[in-house]
Amino acid sequence: MNPDGIGTTTTTGAPPAAGSKLEAEAIRKALSATERPPRASAASAALSFGWRGMLKVKHVPEQLLDVTITPVMFVLLFTYLFGGAIAGSTGEYRDYIMPGVLVIAVLFTTVYSGIAINTDLTKGVIDRFRTLPIWSPSPLVGSLLGDCVRYLVAATVIVVLGLILGFRPDAGLPGILAAVAVVILFSFGLSWVFTTMGLVMRSPNAVMNAGFMTIFPLTFLSNVYVDPDTLPAGLEAFVNANPISHLVSASRGLMEGNVESENLIVALGTAALFTAIFAPLTNRLYRRS
Amino acid sequence: MSENGNRKTLAIEASGLAKSFGETRAVDGVDLAVRTGTVYGVLGPNGAGKTTTIRMLSTLLLPDAGSARVLGYDVEREPDEVRGVVSLTGQLASVDEDLTGRENLILLGRLYGLKRDRAKARAAELLEAFGLADAAGRLVKTYSGGMRRRLDISASLVITPQVLFLDEPTTGLDPRSRNQVWDIIRTLVDGGTTILLCTQYLEEADQLADGIAVIDHGRVIAEGTPGQLKASVGSGALHVRLLDPDDRPRAEAVLQRNLDSVHREHDPAALSASCSDAERGAEAVAALSAEGIGIADFSLGQPSLDEVFLALTGRPPDEAEGEGQTDTDDRQEAA
Repeated sequence: MNPDGIGTTTTTGAPPAAGSKLEAEAIRKALSATERPPRASAASAALSFGWRGMLKVKHVPEQLLDVTITPVMFVLLFTYLFGGAIAGSTGEYRDYIMPGVLVIAVLFTTVYSGIAINTDLTKGVIDRFRTLPIWSPSPLVGSLLGDCVRYLVAATVIVVLGLILGFRPDAGLPGILAAVAVVILFSFGLSWVFTTMGLVMRSPNAVMNAGFMTIFPLTFLSNVYVDPDTLPAGLEAFVNANPISHLVSASRGLMEGNVESENLIVALGTAALFTAIFAPLTNRLYRRS
Repeated sequence: MSENGNRKTLAIEASGLAKSFGETRAVDGVDLAVRTGTVYGVLGPNGAGKTTTIRMLSTLLLPDAGSARVLGYDVEREPDEVRGVVSLTGQLASVDEDLTGRENLILLGRLYGLKRDRAKARAAELLEAFGLADAAGRLVKTYSGGMRRRLDISASLVITPQVLFLDEPTTGLDPRSRNQVWDIIRTLVDGGTTILLCTQYLEEADQLADGIAVIDHGRVIAEGTPGQLKASVGSGALHVRLLDPDDRPRAEAVLQRNLDSVHREHDPAALSASCSDAERGAEAVAALSAEGIGIADFSLGQPSLDEVFLALTGRPPDEAEGEGQTDTDDRQEAA
């Protein structure tokens, strides 16, 4: 090593253009300027990763399109195309379907959490995160916290559209906000399932396909669109056992001001169960991959 | 840190490190001893096990066998302590391409525990020092290779690490960017940081490193100072490329009269010979011209990795023929 270090040109290097030379002095100063602060707390690290997720939305706002356009299409399609046929009037069907559409719009978004993790794994930056002295699950928790903001966007779009179309639930705005909160909590739990998928599958596309293959039938085989009483017995039993049906009932109940605690317990319990099983699994897979 | 006197002077010590991926023994019993405050070069071709070694030392991979300590902390038993003193600039860009340069550095500052204002100030300071101030607000995916590398290295310095792992920091860079990276490395080590530098280039190891380990098939096959290594390899080489490949046997005979260990390169028109003395090299070239052998170009330089391997193992490195493989090192080793 050359003891003079800085300022020497090497035999094979191109001569540095004027002004291209980095200021060794500035680098030296920048190096001496840091003292190691106390470690970031788990919450602060997770929030920083949440901020990272927000920044990505800021730079590529188009990625919110799928979160906003799909639910709008669902509301319009079901209310005006099927509403008359299913419920006799579009207004009546709108009131029936709105709390459910809120649920499916947000649940569909959870698949993207798995896609995002899978995409991240192919990048070198994950190695840097894993060599930082931080609470090790914080990148995962943080990115899901960031995703919760996306869920909030999807929920807001649905609620605003519903209000424009004349949806006026009995419990008013507090009821709507309570329903949105429960739906987002459920989604947080469910998204751990998809992050697990994201860590075991080979490509973002595979995660997307598997994710929607799971979530699509599960939302259709619920009480979002039709009253389960009209279904064949076997199907009715399945629909009534589907936790998504309980979530939809809870959402309806909160908006109408007559929520049954059983629905709330099943919905939130399922979210807690998903988190308890899939969050540690995600974390273990993440550390190993 | 250990109170053992020897440990205090060793920043990195590894013994018998081994890691297999399926049937492949990527790292097969590597011993390293890197003194604090020095640059240590790990020199080898793609797939030799450099990246796997770095990944074990930086707690990204658990070794199958052997042990390693970084500043006295065991990489297996005390990974969190190790993470507290090291930084890694990996072979794949270890920055987030979907964020701006400034956002990358602020994020890392926050993750290291800096307050928001301090993280912002720190990011500005580093961007300025690394010549990235003008590009601070641009997404990293729009950066050139050299800018990306500088950001990547500055990201490792948000909090000055005691030990820095650099995995092929100049692979794929143009000469100017490479010189900038070399200058940065020199400045860092002047400031007291210990650096483990993986590289495929003898010249790079020679320019920067105080000690070098040559690694092949997951084993250290030679170790020493750059001077010792070059002495064992021959301190310089004359490379000649002929206008007409058919002249090569004649040219070889001429060179053999003037220089030692003449050998044929992959290029059918090229020859190289050991040559430590510019004057003798010039005489050899003149002798070729005198014989009427047309020369396309010639150069006097340090031995290439090929020549190091030829001298040390009697054969060229397995993958020396490949181009553009640098980015696949990871995958080859992981495969």
